[in-house]
Amino acid sequence: MSQESDERPRWLDRSENVDKICYALYAVCGGLLLADLFYDRKTHFEFETWLPTGFAGVYGLLACVGLVLAAKLLRVLIMRSEDYYD
Amino acid sequence: MIEQIPPGLPLILGCLLAPWLPRTLKSAYLLLLPLLTLAHIWSLPADHQLALSIFDGAYTLELVRVDKLALVFATIFSIAAFLSQLYALHLDDDAQHLSGNIYAGSAIAAVFAGDLITLFVYWEATAISSVFLVWARRNQRSYRAGLRYLVIQVGSGVLLLAGTILHFADTGSIAFDHLGLVSPATALILIAFGIKAAFPLLHNWLQDAYPEATVTGTVYLSSFTTKLAIYALARGFAGTEILVPIGAAMTAFPIFYAVIENDLRRVLAYSLNNQLGYMVVGIGIGTELALNGTAAHAFAHILYKGLLFMSIGAVLFRTGTANGSDLGGLYKSMPWTTGFCMIGAAAISAFPLFSGFISKSMILTAAEEEHRTLTYLVLLFASAGVFHHSGIKIPFFAFFGHDRGHRVEEAPLNMRFAMGGAALLCVGLGVFYEPLYAMLPFPADYTPYTTTHVVTTLQLLLFSALAFTLLMRSGIYPPELHSTNLDFDWTYRRAAPALVSWATIAISWLQSTLRSLLSRVGTAAQTGLSRLATPPGAIGEPWGTGTTSLCAALLLGIVLVFYYA
Repeated sequence: MSQESDERPRWLDRSENVDKICYALYAVCGGLLLADLFYDRKTHFEFETWLPTGFAGVYGLLACVGLVLAAKLLRVLIMRSEDYYD
Repeated sequence: MIEQIPPGLPLILGCLLAPWLPRTLKSAYLLLLPLLTLAHIWSLPADHQLALSIFDGAYTLELVRVDKLALVFATIFSIAAFLSQLYALHLDDDAQHLSGNIYAGSAIAAVFAGDLITLFVYWEATAISSVFLVWARRNQRSYRAGLRYLVIQVGSGVLLLAGTILHFADTGSIAFDHLGLVSPATALILIAFGIKAAFPLLHNWLQDAYPEATVTGTVYLSSFTTKLAIYALARGFAGTEILVPIGAAMTAFPIFYAVIENDLRRVLAYSLNNQLGYMVVGIGIGTELALNGTAAHAFAHILYKGLLFMSIGAVLFRTGTANGSDLGGLYKSMPWTTGFCMIGAAAISAFPLFSGFISKSMILTAAEEEHRTLTYLVLLFASAGVFHHSGIKIPFFAFFGHDRGHRVEEAPLNMRFAMGGAALLCVGLGVFYEPLYAMLPFPADYTPYTTTHVVTTLQLLLFSALAFTLLMRSGIYPPELHSTNLDFDWTYRRAAPALVSWATIAISWLQSTLRSLLSRVGTAAQTGLSRLATPPGAIGEPWGTGTTSLCAALLLGIVLVFYYA
């Protein structure tokens, strides 16, 4: 492994560019939330119509936040040192 | 003539010649073998059968049975064998080349097996040949992981054989057609398949062994064993209701582990387990659409999962580690690998225009059409979770995230070609899906690209990305840590041995306590009796004549009473 020296800085190295990506993501998410209003959505389940728009988005967001929080809790129970089995 | 040769057998036997060839010729030869196998498979006449009579015609083995289900799996197995071989071409290790090809050939031969005995033979052949891909890492850790893997894999074969024998006793048939969960015999066979398909609680060999295999070995391993089991389940247990909850559980529980696992190849092993869940659900639902979805998903999955293992393998090959905590910023020195990994990540996440989308949506639609609400919600949750850990976590921690200062060479050319080929197929299948649909076991009248599907999928995925971004930026996301996470293998690696040693200690304690107790009682009794029987003990003195006559009279009296009573 050599050290990072005399390297030209990359576009992603600047934190304001990372911010730009995040803002772009927020914008796309906002757009997708509205997209449901502009076409005839085919649904199979009643719960998909509980929200006027963006059921999948809300579900995905909640699912992932729930997943990560649950996984953090799981760590308390099951995490051991790296050489546990050695 | 060529119809008389079981497909896969030329790959198994042909690779044995490789060690005797000079290096360049060997490389070309090893690449040619899977391509010839593919040509062989596609040259077989539809509905072709090859039977073999044994024991003077008393039994018939159906060595080859060609149908669409077998063809689609054999095709993707051959493509996987080619790409895995290309990825491993830089290796100067005949042991790995041989075991990889024998393993791939056995899996191909197994999907053409028309009877359970032939299936059993190749089933065990895949187990025995593949363990050398773990052992080829040549360290103590991989040796032990390989042993555990072998015991469980061979155990699956033993159950398959036991089930086959009982099934033959029940029905007089060893044909491998639809079995269904109808008897103890077929239950044994289902468990045998379930072990290799990594059903919940039977799954841990996968996450235990795959990350311990060599860089190139894991790519082979990820393609064959589990998908052979999916094929076998689709053949024997389509429409078996219990597979729906089993599959749904498989999609969900591994993703929790994937979020906190540090070894990125183990993260991929957990997500492999999750992907198998979709296929098992499809088999359980059992409609034509669901079974088509399972076959299509297996096809797409082998390519993107192989691609992901290849890209993280390349990282391990160059940096010496696959731990998320020690990686980051590699896009600067491995841009090709980064790009290929992101294509694999998009494909496994089922982004529109990538292969996962056109296969997974069939299974989700099948669940929708059957109005299986809970199953659908679990699958949707798991889809968000897959994107979260395979789509974002893997590329993020390996190639972006915090730059750990690794400045390494790009992956070797052969690895880049293999990754490029797999990536091309991931995109190609996502856009031109009709040739794959035409290969599926049932007529596929399905349109993946509807507005609802595309918008719903994009919403699900991008809001998952939003969740990752928000959690990451707020510092809530759990950091990658050097750790071991306990899973079900703890029961046989720690609990069972501990139980045995506790039981041994308890039994020996009980034994010694009982022994000393008994000997103490014995000694006390002996002392007491001898004190009683020796002078001046109560019965130790000689009796006088009076006492003796009194006793004799008393005894006579008792006898008389009983005699006349």
